[in-house]
Amino acid sequence: MSDQPTTNDSAVDDVVHGERIVLNQLTKRYPGQKTAAVDDVSMEIPAGEIVMFVGPSGCGKTTTMKMINRLIEPTSGTITIGDEDVTDVNPDELRRRIGYVIQGAGLFPHYTVADNIAIVPKLLGWDKQRIADRVDELLDLVNLEPAQYRDRFPRELSGGQQQRVGVARALAADPPVLLMDEPFGAVDPITRQRLQDELLRLQEELRKTIVFVTHDFDEAVKLGDRIAILDVGSEIVQYDTPEAILAAPANEFVEGFVGHGAALKQLTLTRVRDVELHDAAVTHIGGDAQEAISQAQEFGRDWAIVLDEQERPQRWMSLRELARPGALRSVSRDPDLETISPASTLNDALDEMLTSSHGVVVVTGRRNKYQGVIRVETIMEAMQSLGSASSAPGSAEAVPS
Amino acid sequence: MNFWEFIQDRWSLLWFQGYQHLSMVVQSLLIATVVALLIAVLTYRSSMWTGIAEAGAAVGLTIPSFALFGLFIALIANGVVLSVLVLAFYGSLPIVRNAVVGLRRVDPTLVESARGMGMGRMSTLWRLELPMAWPVILTGIRVSAQMLMGIGAIAAYASGPGLGSFIFSGLSRLGGANSTNLAWAGILGVVVLAIALDVMLNIIGRLTTSRGIRV
Repeated sequence: MSDQPTTNDSAVDDVVHGERIVLNQLTKRYPGQKTAAVDDVSMEIPAGEIVMFVGPSGCGKTTTMKMINRLIEPTSGTITIGDEDVTDVNPDELRRRIGYVIQGAGLFPHYTVADNIAIVPKLLGWDKQRIADRVDELLDLVNLEPAQYRDRFPRELSGGQQQRVGVARALAADPPVLLMDEPFGAVDPITRQRLQDELLRLQEELRKTIVFVTHDFDEAVKLGDRIAILDVGSEIVQYDTPEAILAAPANEFVEGFVGHGAALKQLTLTRVRDVELHDAAVTHIGGDAQEAISQAQEFGRDWAIVLDEQERPQRWMSLRELARPGALRSVSRDPDLETISPASTLNDALDEMLTSSHGVVVVTGRRNKYQGVIRVETIMEAMQSLGSASSAPGSAEAVPS
Repeated sequence: MNFWEFIQDRWSLLWFQGYQHLSMVVQSLLIATVVALLIAVLTYRSSMWTGIAEAGAAVGLTIPSFALFGLFIALIANGVVLSVLVLAFYGSLPIVRNAVVGLRRVDPTLVESARGMGMGRMSTLWRLELPMAWPVILTGIRVSAQMLMGIGAIAAYASGPGLGSFIFSGLSRLGGANSTNLAWAGILGVVVLAIALDVMLNIIGRLTTSRGIRV
């Protein structure tokens, strides 16, 4: 039952902050119903990993998840978090140690963003200054400017921003475990992709144990270190890494979920950080335009990317624009400038590339710092190396029980 | 003596009875609110009890207040206590109805997210459900306040305080000197007080409702 190494792990190997979760013969039977909603489920969720629960609606995936923080009390079986059997501990105290994110974020409409994030710290009796510091730290972490968003009310935020605050709120007391119940189900596809990228970026730093319920298999492939494919009664049909499931679906039920285009989905498995980024001509606000022009010409490109003093990309400028006097004196941020993170998949990168007018997409790291660009060639190279790698022995099928 | 001269003549008495009237209504309203919220909090989680509470409130409102005052005189001799009790009874009815509706309308996913963060039942009620239902509850309180202003005038029948004494003494000797002036002064006083109280409640409502849910 040793932990099997995840195949797409990168060099990032921070301390794992999460804790292992073990479900042992967990059953939920509602009175008056013949079949159990969750029938004798046993599984181990390794510390610091994202485990996706995927299955058709009504399969019991949400019920299974809600038994972990005992929003639903199991009829029988045990739940262990870390080394502690939590099946009988005080549920309110247990839940303060488990972050919980639901669809639509579930922010309190009558609380400000700061008050929403402060809910669990307040329950834990933190002092005011510590709470205020934590709120700002978390807003920063989810890419919302604290001074600008702290005192807003949820209705003054977009769906994506609300969902970010929801994540910040769940992380407030730094819980080792995070439960996410279709958190990105209610936002538009572009926002969803961005939120997914952010979650992956956060997870690189945080290394929480995350249980994530979704009905979207592509989301599961993108986010999951492991995927548990569940059938009615929360029966675990297959529990493995995305690579292994894509390569060898256990049966027709799983094949149905994987769907067509498994080869293209491999693009979803390769992260931007796993490929070598290209350089682009880079300049700064207030920088030397002439230098930028010669740099771009060296690359054989007609565009240079302008960064602000914090290395955050602002906009692409053409050579002609750069040649204008004072071109770099003040540069406003292009609201349409799309960026992706190292945790994004090549699939996302390709998507952005096809919709942007530059044929390249900018990659940014923490705090939106510029890291490099991806070009079509980058993806072609990655595809070719994927093709040769897939003939190598795949990962083992060991299903933890 | 015309109406304005009459008002000037009886100003101090009118002022005193007006104050008594307002004080009686406000006290009854406070009791009514507390009682109504207790009833609502105890019943809103169960459909059956909610139904009973709502039906009870609807039936209660149909009881003629005059009759209730009359019946209670035999039981409680003190006019002030009697008046406040009867008014609190009537006042609680619209508040119960609105509070139950308001509490039941709170989005269940919000309640679940509160519970999921480790907020207990009481904490969820106090910090989430009541504040969210508050605008609806407050509407009930305002309806109740208007109603009590009117019913409060009947308290004079049970020798209670308030502007009712003007109206009753006016009506009891219709045709006599100043009888209509007395009645009109009472009525007008009640209306003015009702408007003043409503404005006050409106201000309280704005101050106590979070900007995040204010319409």
